[in-house]
Amino acid sequence: MGVKVYGMPMSTNTVRVLAALNEKGVEFELVIVDLRTGAHKKPDFLALNPFGQIPALEDGDVVLFESRAINRYIATKYAEAGPDLLLSSGTPAERAVVDLWLEVESQQFGPPIAALVYEALIKPMLGGATDVTVVEAQATKLEKVLDVYEARLAQSKYLAGAEFTLVDLNHIPYTNYLMKTPKASLVTSRPHLLAWWQDISSRPAWQKTAAAIPF
Amino acid sequence: MAVKVYGAAMSTATVRVLLCLEEMGAEYELVPIDFSTGEHKSPPHVARNPFGQVPAFEDGDLMLFESRAISRYVLRKYKASGPDLLREGSLEESAMVDVWLEVEAQQYDKAISAIYIETVIKPVFFGGVPDEKVVAESAEKLGKVLDVYEARLSKSKYLAGDFLSFADLSHIPYTHHIVAGPQASLFESRPHVKAWWESLASRPAYKKVTTGTPTS
Repeated sequence: MGVKVYGMPMSTNTVRVLAALNEKGVEFELVIVDLRTGAHKKPDFLALNPFGQIPALEDGDVVLFESRAINRYIATKYAEAGPDLLLSSGTPAERAVVDLWLEVESQQFGPPIAALVYEALIKPMLGGATDVTVVEAQATKLEKVLDVYEARLAQSKYLAGAEFTLVDLNHIPYTNYLMKTPKASLVTSRPHLLAWWQDISSRPAWQKTAAAIPF
Repeated sequence: MAVKVYGAAMSTATVRVLLCLEEMGAEYELVPIDFSTGEHKSPPHVARNPFGQVPAFEDGDLMLFESRAISRYVLRKYKASGPDLLREGSLEESAMVDVWLEVEAQQYDKAISAIYIETVIKPVFFGGVPDEKVVAESAEKLGKVLDVYEARLSKSKYLAGDFLSFADLSHIPYTHHIVAGPQASLFESRPHVKAWWESLASRPAYKKVTTGTPTS
């Protein structure tokens, strides 16, 4: 029995997991849990994720939720296949730097970009109206984070060092959506950030993942 | 040479790292960063943590920031002298630790940190008054999260399984402050959550690190 991902291809957090599976060349089945029908709050799905959010992952007896935790699992289980996404064979210092930038994505980058993308892109799709003051406020927060990234990427090809890791991958889904909004300028105006984005978004595994996003 | 933690006693993130160091019996030096003078935004500190936050951490040439990343490094480095809190020898156990660490960061923190800011930070450090509407809304959110914890902890002794892990400890810094105030009822009214908290609060590392921190 293979890997099952429960989610939907429009969901950035679901795509975060699909991106990791594709980097590792792992076959999986995407079981659609459509938020628009409330499927994520039904008992069958709550049995997989008691917080009622997508994605969840089932791998034999193992059931996981929280996309960043799922991605650590994929990177660890399939460490030998494809890129060494957690630098598992690196030094303690190298592994720590990966963990550091994984936390930066989660704690610093994630909240403003998720709020911005929701307001600018998702809300209109669900029939709501974008509040531009919210977009501006989140963009202002995100810019401070991206200034740190620009300085980092001026010294380091990828965020955790010389190699592509889970850190870079975990940024792709939300950045992909940001680039579809007028706030793409936050990336295009920062040369090292732009070069990094062009590099990681041209990876064949991401191209394959992106093709399945109906947007 | 002892490792250095640059931080502050009222910083929940600093406490997260100190708890891990104490659990592992590690020698460390706590270098205070003075928020009242804006030291956290000064060039020497921003060189350690470009987001101008605490903690930062130094082990010889290695500089780190982000408390959960620092904690993982500490728990691995001193693995031989303390409990196995990451369970990296088991794919499935470590995955459960990672799931509940993410739950803490993404679900629990978002509700409880707002209560902490309103009821501890505002009054103690800014002489302000809690916004009761924010407190009430955050308490409701936290209650829903704790309902999931109550169900989980009725099936396993700790969050990641029947073993204590970093996922449990990571909850301590905020919870310590909140159970000293009126929202303690959220914990008291859920028997498995209550027992879990009491187990964490009885640990020597907890008592050592939380003595002298401000409560509401």
